[in-house]
Amino acid sequence: MESYDVAIVGAGVTGAAIARRLSAYSLDVALLEKECDVSFGVSKANSGIIHAGFHHSPSSLKARLEVLGNMMYDALQRELHFPFRRCGIVVAAFSIEEMKTVERLYTQGLENKVIGIELCSRDRILSLEPKLNPDVVGGLHAPSGGIIEPYRFVFSLVESACKNGVTLKREFEVVEAEVSRVRRHRFVLRSRSGDAIRTRWVVNAAGLFADEVSRILGGEELKIIPRKGEEFLMDRNAKGYPSRVVFPVPSPDSKGMLVIPTVEGTTMIGPTAVEVEDKEDLRTTLENFERVCSSARRLVPSVSERDIITSFAGLRPTLAGNDFYIAVSKAQPHLIQVAGIQSPGLTASPAIAEYVKDLLKQDGLPLVERPDFDPTIEEVPRLRELDPEEADRLVQANPDYGEVVCRCETVSEAEVVAAIRRGHTTLDGVKFYTRAGMGRCQGGFCTYKTLKIIEREAKLSLGEITKRGEGSFVLGSTVGDLPVGGES
Amino acid sequence: MKKRSYDSIVIGGGSAGLAAAAEIAGRGYHVAVIERELTLGGILNQCIHNGFGLHYFKEELTGPEYAERMIDMTAHLPGIDFFLDSAVLEVKGPRGGEPRSGAENAEGPLHNGGLVVYGISKHEGITEFTASSIVLAMGCRERNRGNIGIPGTRPAGVFTAGLAQRLVNIDGYVPGKDVVIVGSGDIGLIMARRMTWVGARVHGVVEIQPYPSGLTRNIAQCLNDFNIPLYLSHVVSEIHGSRRVEGVTIMPIEDRHEQSAKSFRLDCDTLLLSVGLVPDNELSRRLGVVLNPETGGPYVDASLMTSVPGVFACGNVLHVHDLVDWVTEESTRCGGNVCDYLAGGKTPWQGAVAAGANVKYVLPNRYAPSRKNVFYLRTLVVKNRALLRATIGGRTLLERRLPHVQPSEMVTFTLGPDAFNGAHGTAGQGGLADGRLEVSIE
Repeated sequence: MESYDVAIVGAGVTGAAIARRLSAYSLDVALLEKECDVSFGVSKANSGIIHAGFHHSPSSLKARLEVLGNMMYDALQRELHFPFRRCGIVVAAFSIEEMKTVERLYTQGLENKVIGIELCSRDRILSLEPKLNPDVVGGLHAPSGGIIEPYRFVFSLVESACKNGVTLKREFEVVEAEVSRVRRHRFVLRSRSGDAIRTRWVVNAAGLFADEVSRILGGEELKIIPRKGEEFLMDRNAKGYPSRVVFPVPSPDSKGMLVIPTVEGTTMIGPTAVEVEDKEDLRTTLENFERVCSSARRLVPSVSERDIITSFAGLRPTLAGNDFYIAVSKAQPHLIQVAGIQSPGLTASPAIAEYVKDLLKQDGLPLVERPDFDPTIEEVPRLRELDPEEADRLVQANPDYGEVVCRCETVSEAEVVAAIRRGHTTLDGVKFYTRAGMGRCQGGFCTYKTLKIIEREAKLSLGEITKRGEGSFVLGSTVGDLPVGGES
Repeated sequence: MKKRSYDSIVIGGGSAGLAAAAEIAGRGYHVAVIERELTLGGILNQCIHNGFGLHYFKEELTGPEYAERMIDMTAHLPGIDFFLDSAVLEVKGPRGGEPRSGAENAEGPLHNGGLVVYGISKHEGITEFTASSIVLAMGCRERNRGNIGIPGTRPAGVFTAGLAQRLVNIDGYVPGKDVVIVGSGDIGLIMARRMTWVGARVHGVVEIQPYPSGLTRNIAQCLNDFNIPLYLSHVVSEIHGSRRVEGVTIMPIEDRHEQSAKSFRLDCDTLLLSVGLVPDNELSRRLGVVLNPETGGPYVDASLMTSVPGVFACGNVLHVHDLVDWVTEESTRCGGNVCDYLAGGKTPWQGAVAAGANVKYVLPNRYAPSRKNVFYLRTLVVKNRALLRATIGGRTLLERRLPHVQPSEMVTFTLGPDAFNGAHGTAGQGGLADGRLEVSIE
């Protein structure tokens, strides 16, 4: 049986950031993911905002890790090449009452040491964001806020971790654990498919399922409540959208519905915030579509339903009390709980990784720096970012850059191949890595091309290729397979 | 980087691009056709059913046969170069992307290659094409789930009908076994029959309108002959299934109100969407071509030239046609206009064309009274014995009784110099009372 020093349960942004941080040390680390690809849980359906750090009280762990995390992104981007931009954040107030809340946020931001935060008069906020509803009375500007492609960030973190020796196990859903008090390797973790590994420490970064994983491992009782958010994506040609993330004035349990310019040039509106029972409830509804549109239009009147190209839903893994719970388990030694990582979890993730590394060290894990640690990964050039001269040189070196697979987002075959060679062998995996199928035609033109490249590169038959893992097969059969003529 | 120079560059080697290129090359100009697929013919290649060509070739052809005719008429012409498996990355107008203003238009054609097209292919890398004119012939794309906002989960098994058609007819793959189709446009109807023929069960076609949006003959031949139910005035209100489609909820609409209490579920593993087509104008937009929100295509003058001088548009990139025969007619005419432009002919006086009562759009958006003008229009209404009327400043130029009009069927009419006589005095002098041509359906 394979033995590890640390097993991280969950390859979302939290688990991936922890794995990458631990990969700098001479340790055997396993990263376990129940889905067929990393980031396919909470992290993929996410607003992609790097928060500035004014939304949470200075007494919370959230606020501390949020501001620290925010500051780590520039260095990470230089090493890991994920799409990220500090576009800034504004909060728009539409009444004197709302302006009082904005002032409280400003004070909170100062206490949290948010860089560059400013209070804005009506004139100031409109000069920053001329597309705002002219009824705005004032607001807040936090230039350190930014936007990111969350799945790309996770992909980069995992690629970097694996490059430095972390073992990634996809489709490893931990369903059973044996705990020994005497053995050096305290835990044996078993997957649904019957595989098993030994490990000395376990980090529970299981997102929505952190409560179940804690129970399986004999940890304290946790209760994760999924809070659903529906979001709507607008065409990149849509005119009149803001250049910064625009927040309304928040309510006690939600940051509200926003207008978000994505780092790739599209615009997103949402999310809603509704507690649901089912951890797989990712339905979108007509009522929420209308709610999101009207809230977004209150902030930016030019938001048009006609520009919507797709919608999706995500679930936030919330804990009672609404703060992160990051601690050595009170019930089970050598188990580190990283639970309740909802917003601003993405922003905080690099700081969470630092924090978890310290917890592991305090708990007795020896940390010896790996002399050959390489913090950088290979940058895969993207055809849509190149000028003709650069593109020409690239095609001469690798002809696959000359084949445009996705016309809406200008994605070349070389980028699709790069995704597949990094283990992203589903349609969604390729889409999240390359953006093929994310544009206005939503895969109408490129799906068959992508299927054929996956077939060739991953050596899968077309019938075996899925949208996102088990059960999500794309094609039923081949012509001639089905009985024809009224058989039932 | 390779550099090539042509009189004209045609973007797209489907039915529109081939017809335009054939006309341009046939009149002795040097033309390049850039096609992103390995074969010419565009979407016709996957339309293996018959019903094409009745107007243009006066016989019934399949899509690939129609494509073959077009290729045969084009490929042998001297002066025409085909760039297959080549995508267009960027198009630039004169002076680095800045379209010239209308006033400068009067200067005539841009010689010495004022327009630049960057093509990319595996074998050639980037090629910089320069030309005096461009024909936009990129066709259209399908509207998808996001455009119509079907709520529910996002499982595998939701396809646009055209993608499904390609997978079945070209690649030989069947998207699923139990199918529901949204939209009763012709592609949806054709796919209902096609899926039945490969052994899938089609459980219904769901149409939001109270009448089918496809041809009557397709309702008979694709649905009735196979006992496939057609749910008129119904919508798919929710998609079920977490990994693969497991079913859909279908909801009736009565008096424009959704009747959720009367909803029912159909189990299926596949949902095909045939919910409309949109001209694919991403390149046009980057070139600075002004687009018409009513058609989704460029505004064009009487010679089918867009707002950018030297840039023409024809076929489904200009407006979505219902018959390929009209695409061929329009694109051939467009190619002729390109030749006139290249020859440096003086642009005749043109007046504006406006959609009047019950008309969604009329194309082209300008008319030239000194020439023959072919117009295409779509109505907003379904009507028997409708009256088509064209007027300028209250004076009627044309009145024609049409037996039946409906939005899915394009109406065409022609106005020659005779029709304009007297309406204008001498064409070309401008300054006439009101030169606006208004077309209405009454």
